[in-house]
Amino acid sequence: MSNEFFTNLIYIVSSVLFAFGLKFLGSPVTARRGNMLSASGMLLAVLATLFNGHIISFQWILIGFIIGGSLGALVAFKAAMTQMPEMIALLHGCGAMASVFVDWTAYHVHGATDLTNAITLYLSIVIGGLTVTGSGIAWGKLSEKIPGKPILFTGQKWLNTAIISAIVILGIMFIINPARYDLFLIILGLSMFFGIFMVIPIGGADMPVVISVLNSYSGVVACTTGFVIHNTLLIVVGSLVGANGIILSIIMCKAMNRSIGNVIFGAFGSVIKKTGTDEKKEAKAMSVEDAFLILENAKSVVIIPGYGMAVAQAQHAVRELSEFLEKNGCDVKYAIHPVAGRMPGHMNVLLAEANIPYDQLLEMDAINPLMDSVDVAIVIGANDVVNPASRHDKSSPIYGMPIINADKAKTVFVLKRSMATGFAGIENDLFYYDNCRMIFGDAKQTIQALVAEFKSSQH
Amino acid sequence: MDLIYLLFILALSVFLGFALISRVPPLLHTPLMSEANAICGIIVVGALIAAGAEARGPLTIFLGTSAVALATFNVIGGYLVTERMLKMFKKKDK
Repeated sequence: MSNEFFTNLIYIVSSVLFAFGLKFLGSPVTARRGNMLSASGMLLAVLATLFNGHIISFQWILIGFIIGGSLGALVAFKAAMTQMPEMIALLHGCGAMASVFVDWTAYHVHGATDLTNAITLYLSIVIGGLTVTGSGIAWGKLSEKIPGKPILFTGQKWLNTAIISAIVILGIMFIINPARYDLFLIILGLSMFFGIFMVIPIGGADMPVVISVLNSYSGVVACTTGFVIHNTLLIVVGSLVGANGIILSIIMCKAMNRSIGNVIFGAFGSVIKKTGTDEKKEAKAMSVEDAFLILENAKSVVIIPGYGMAVAQAQHAVRELSEFLEKNGCDVKYAIHPVAGRMPGHMNVLLAEANIPYDQLLEMDAINPLMDSVDVAIVIGANDVVNPASRHDKSSPIYGMPIINADKAKTVFVLKRSMATGFAGIENDLFYYDNCRMIFGDAKQTIQALVAEFKSSQH
Repeated sequence: MDLIYLLFILALSVFLGFALISRVPPLLHTPLMSEANAICGIIVVGALIAAGAEARGPLTIFLGTSAVALATFNVIGGYLVTERMLKMFKKKDK
């Protein structure tokens, strides 16, 4: 009994350390200390559990530690910063699967002990099951092992409805008679099946929302597992992670002006409406040499990166360019849209990796009031997040979405491969503005060419 | 343990989570997410019990050991990758 008390005391200390860890993530100055605190909380919790007297055999634990620990370390060191979204998706899936296995073991050994236990077991395997496969599909899409485009087929809605109904009906049967091992397995199987169908219709640009939602689910599963095995620490941590996912999902959805339901069930990418602008509009192209002449005289430049910058791996070239601009007496800032990239904060990590100081990275709301005074805005691989149609064109599918007001700058450069539309499949009005110039070609090569111009001008 | 007591913990932790996480700037949202992955690996304490106390047959041994491995993967992978990312965030040195 006193052992139990002692373990719970340590769990309280761990919870406090986790909370402080998250608090310190509130600023880049203290964030690393926060990560250390959080990790020490984890170590304490593991040690307290290992030596509280319940554990009688250590050989399987040791095997698990070695396999999981070495793979974890390997992946953490090998993953490139551009691969972060898929790494995160993989971790969501692993966490959820571990929870499901713990639930399963508890059910296999003890059965469902009472009504609450049956209900939490049911919730846990449903959310856990769909998080495992959903994260798997998200991982596949992000790492381009599965096509990133929405996968749609006829009868999809009916199939989903059928699966959900089956999960609910079988769930009620299971809760009434929790001794039915067969139902337990069928519910788990169906939930895993549903996870696949939940994520395949969602397109690449909606991935920030999907990852956030799955993050929240992985927390909820830890929490329900805490109820199943009566572990307070799991409940505390699960709630923290669940809250994290919910907050990030809300931020992402607001930034796209859409509801979570619309992202998950809407399959936005499939509804490509031609906004009937048949009038001939001409976008004005510009050569790298002319662009250089403008940049050379610019006093302030704002760089607006999007997922295209990550694809072209242009972030290091971008830093070089901004160094030359600064040497030239120009003020350089970066404007980061909340949904730029494939997950929340993706652009910030890529730019930080290229050694760009974080005080130069500005959020959308911070940069927009300053855009009027900017000489040149350089849009690199971003499209929909700078489309002014969202401000005035009520017929546009992205009407109302908050954007970075690149068009307010004196001159806008758009680095793009071609005139193709962005993810939302809509024309970008910005390209036809009088102050906008298109610089066609691979973003990385274009920027390297600009850097070369700066280099040669200094001799 | 009493259900009501566990629900109490749940309610307060959700509140704490919202209060803490809404203060994290968008700049750090990716490390925040990998940190969340790492602490989600706390399921390792459940996995330890599954593998060390309840593993009696082939199925429970498999489930318990896999759960320990998966949760450890989250803990180690999550904390290390968060550290790697946070190390890159630098202020302008002038």
